[in-house]
Amino acid sequence: MRQHQVIIIGGGLAGMRAAQKAQEMGADVAMISKIYPTRSHSAAAQGGVQAAVSEGDSWEAHAYDTVKGSDYLGDQDAIEILCSEAPGDIYALERMGVIFNRNDDGTIDARAFGGTSVNRTCFVADQTGQVLLHVMWEQLLKSGLTTYSEWFVTKLLVEDNKIAGCIALEIPTGKVEVFRAKSIILATGGIGQVYNPTTNGLVVTADGQALAYQAGATLMDMEAVQHHPTTMKANGVLITEGARGEGAFLLNSNGERFMDKYAPNMKELASRDVVSRAETMEIREGRGIDGCVLLDLRHLGRDLIMTKLAQIYELARDYANTNILEAPVPIQPGHHYIMGGIKTDVDGRTWDATGQGRWQGVEGLFAAGECANVSVHGGNRLGGNSLLDTIVFGKRSGAGATEYANANDWAPISEEAELADQEGSIQGIFGRPADGLRSSTLRFEMGNAMNDGIAVFRTEEGMTAALNSVRDIKERYPNVSVHNKGRVFNTDLLSVLELGYMLDVAEVIAVSAINRKESRGAHAREDYPDRNDEEYLKHTIVHRGGDGDPVLDYLPVTMTKWEPQVRSY
Amino acid sequence: MDVTLKVKRYDPETDESAHFEEYQVDLPEYGAVLDGLLSIRDEQDGSLSMRCSCRSAICGSCAMKINGKSRLACKTMVSQLKELEGDVISVEPMGNQPVIKDLVVNMDMFWDKVNAVQPYLQPEGPVPDKEYLVSNDSMMELAVAMNCIMCGACVSDCTVLEVDKGFLGPAALAKAFRFAGDPRDGHKQGRLQLYTEPNGVWDCTRCFMCVSACPKDVAPMERIMDVRAMAMDAGLTNTRGARHVDAFASSVKHSGRLNELGLAMKTFGLFRAGIELAPMGIRRLLKRRLPPLMHKKIATAKNIGRLFDKLGV
Ligand SMILES: Cc1cc2nc3c(=O)[nH]c(=O)nc-3n(C[C@H](O)[C@H](O)[C@H](O)COP(=O)(O)OP(=O)(O)OC[C@H]3O[C@@H](n4cnc5c(N)ncnc54)[C@H](O)[C@@H]3O)c2cc1C
Ligand code: SF4
Ligand code: SF4
Ligand code: FES
Repeated sequence: MRQHQVIIIGGGLAGMRAAQKAQEMGADVAMISKIYPTRSHSAAAQGGVQAAVSEGDSWEAHAYDTVKGSDYLGDQDAIEILCSEAPGDIYALERMGVIFNRNDDGTIDARAFGGTSVNRTCFVADQTGQVLLHVMWEQLLKSGLTTYSEWFVTKLLVEDNKIAGCIALEIPTGKVEVFRAKSIILATGGIGQVYNPTTNGLVVTADGQALAYQAGATLMDMEAVQHHPTTMKANGVLITEGARGEGAFLLNSNGERFMDKYAPNMKELASRDVVSRAETMEIREGRGIDGCVLLDLRHLGRDLIMTKLAQIYELARDYANTNILEAPVPIQPGHHYIMGGIKTDVDGRTWDATGQGRWQGVEGLFAAGECANVSVHGGNRLGGNSLLDTIVFGKRSGAGATEYANANDWAPISEEAELADQEGSIQGIFGRPADGLRSSTLRFEMGNAMNDGIAVFRTEEGMTAALNSVRDIKERYPNVSVHNKGRVFNTDLLSVLELGYMLDVAEVIAVSAINRKESRGAHAREDYPDRNDEEYLKHTIVHRGGDGDPVLDYLPVTMTKWEPQVRSY
Repeated sequence: MDVTLKVKRYDPETDESAHFEEYQVDLPEYGAVLDGLLSIRDEQDGSLSMRCSCRSAICGSCAMKINGKSRLACKTMVSQLKELEGDVISVEPMGNQPVIKDLVVNMDMFWDKVNAVQPYLQPEGPVPDKEYLVSNDSMMELAVAMNCIMCGACVSDCTVLEVDKGFLGPAALAKAFRFAGDPRDGHKQGRLQLYTEPNGVWDCTRCFMCVSACPKDVAPMERIMDVRAMAMDAGLTNTRGARHVDAFASSVKHSGRLNELGLAMKTFGLFRAGIELAPMGIRRLLKRRLPPLMHKKIATAKNIGRLFDKLGV
């Protein structure tokens, strides 16, 4: 058995930032990640990170944009923390080595992004996430953090509703071990592969959300799933909002800049839910091209494109066979992000530390980053706010988990029983006939069902069909088998475990979505087209019932200074 | 689009040695080699292992040898390969690193080498309240090296690493450039000293393999030359690494071939050579590869000497 005071599951930006903070505070920390940390999906973030560092900007303006962007579902106390701590954290990252693009006076430059009133998105060309991720990783090399890379967490161990540790499988050897911890932070990222297609990587499989849910924590606002307006048709790969931030146009098949109609002021830079819906309307009404509209960057000129959007130039060349200097690139809305996640307070705690028991959680279990829901994004996330979320709340959860570990004892663990149990379930999967059902078959079925039913526009009928498919797939899941029955780097086995995680989470998304009978942020219902503050200005929360079915409830939204208003761009 | 993938397979639990297996896959027009491998894994043979995640050339997971060259599977388009290199595509694990299973290699050595260049900013002096004020140009010059996604393709193809596992290699040295060139760093001199030790920038033979392998245009060899130039500017000409190159050049100039023994002596000094190189000497002896004690000139040595004079070396 291995033992660390604080264990962080996830080596993306949120996990590394949490580890750094916990280490700084003197905790014995270890980080577990199923892929080498620099491979984490945070690397894919292109556009930038928001912080009010420019002259004439203020964190209050950032907070207001975020509240409005969230369609008033974000908790305003959390949003105030996010935005007021943003500049300090961005400066800290700069001092660690992030090379941010600069203004003439040497200060950090900021670009325009959707839904923001001023240029507020700090960036490194169009590789912001990668640079941030690598710099955080460098810092952890410097401090010598204990890292278990290519270890896959299969279960959280909970004793008497307190976290005791987790079980993980070492991928290169197939060995299973018990890890004991006083506190655990989940920082496992998004749910991308629940949808097909998605901008997210192949390893983004909802592990943390499912681990927490299975351990007794609460998932909140899981219906808030974001589709990004500009993804490529061939494989769902993203074209950053930075492209529109730099001035790219959206055109329909008649060559019209259709955003004039839908968002006369902000046009292409309206918030993501608004732009994705506009594109879908154009395509539905016959002004699309093969299910796409066009993103036109030609007028930006070679210089700007090659210095600030070079990665986009390459992606469009490789995956859409388009030279963006000469031709517009076909794009469509595609799954991108989940605003919902593991319910936490502003210090990353998954349980209600006030003792009021307003929601179910696990003591000592924390969460941060995309897998968590603090909630700062509410019904719709603004571009550039997610990287910021990982940085600010990664740090805060690192601090929270260290304080908790210092104040609490180790919970008991029965190592042998746990190992035997885990080994038993692996052998159970190996024991199924090798020519049985493939996990990939079910994964595609689920991904397509979710994309058909719970995407840009939603209806009762479509969502119910998605839920029924997911439940049907869940029933067949125990028959999924593997070709590979060895232990060394058995990704076939991991795919089965990941599918199990995703099915639980897909079910919660569907149940949550069906029960929100209004339109808010990314949750746009054709059968309930308006926002209904009277009945639904509240968070959807779900925990796992005794029979394994999701149990639904609601929590009030925290308001500080901003009253809900009509949202127009 | 139908394509045949010839994939090198090896499972340490069941196989004595690696072997190729052929798979037919049907891919969409813009399919990458990775899509082919995924379709094999999903539909035909789930026991195939590889690393992959982002599908967009940013996570650095999927470097492997495709038709003999190290490339990213997710960035290598099948249609282009078919057009330029033929209908059958071979896929093998990266070189210069031990194979764990199928297309997965053990990258410990890669990470150790990156770690050896002190890959983190070490500022000195007063810490600003906000950001360090530096020019956009100075930052964007570093962006070339920050483009590195740590995929290992360059290391896989590096010709020096093939014969000398001690060489820090292209990726680590590109990372070294990123820090030596950062105006915010306070240890430039110490860094340059470190990078010009033997196994550092002077060991690169400028074979260009890393430049053509790199999927992110980091051009590691050029970054290595940048560090050499910085070191020369900083007056670091009398380091063991630089002397190694001087000796290398003079050996080639005089005899047209490398006098490995003389090289060692010039680099390390006559007395230390014997001590420091003993283990390597013994290893070579065991393999019967000790350099000849009498160094013979090759026929065209004179011409090579002239070439060097002409180049002013
Ligand atoms: C293409 C793309 C572009 C984006 N662009 C932007 C942008 O410009 N600005 C912005 O603010 N946001 C952007 N986002 C969103 C943002 O990048 C992510 O939300 C954020 O990076 C998530 O970080 P994270 O640390 O929470 O998770 P990740 O970076 O995904 O890290 C998750 C970690 O968890 C580990 N893990 C997962 N499951 C397990 C398990 N079972 N066992 C062990 N380890 C596990 C993984 O190994 C990984 O290390 C973008 C997202 C995408 C997909
Ligand atoms: S140029 Fe130098 S670093 Fe690059 S592959 Fe050749 S020897 Fe290796
Ligand atoms: S320098 Fe290029 S090839 Fe080498 S690891 Fe970095 S990205 Fe890969
Ligand atoms: S899958 Fe990420 S680089 Fe190829």
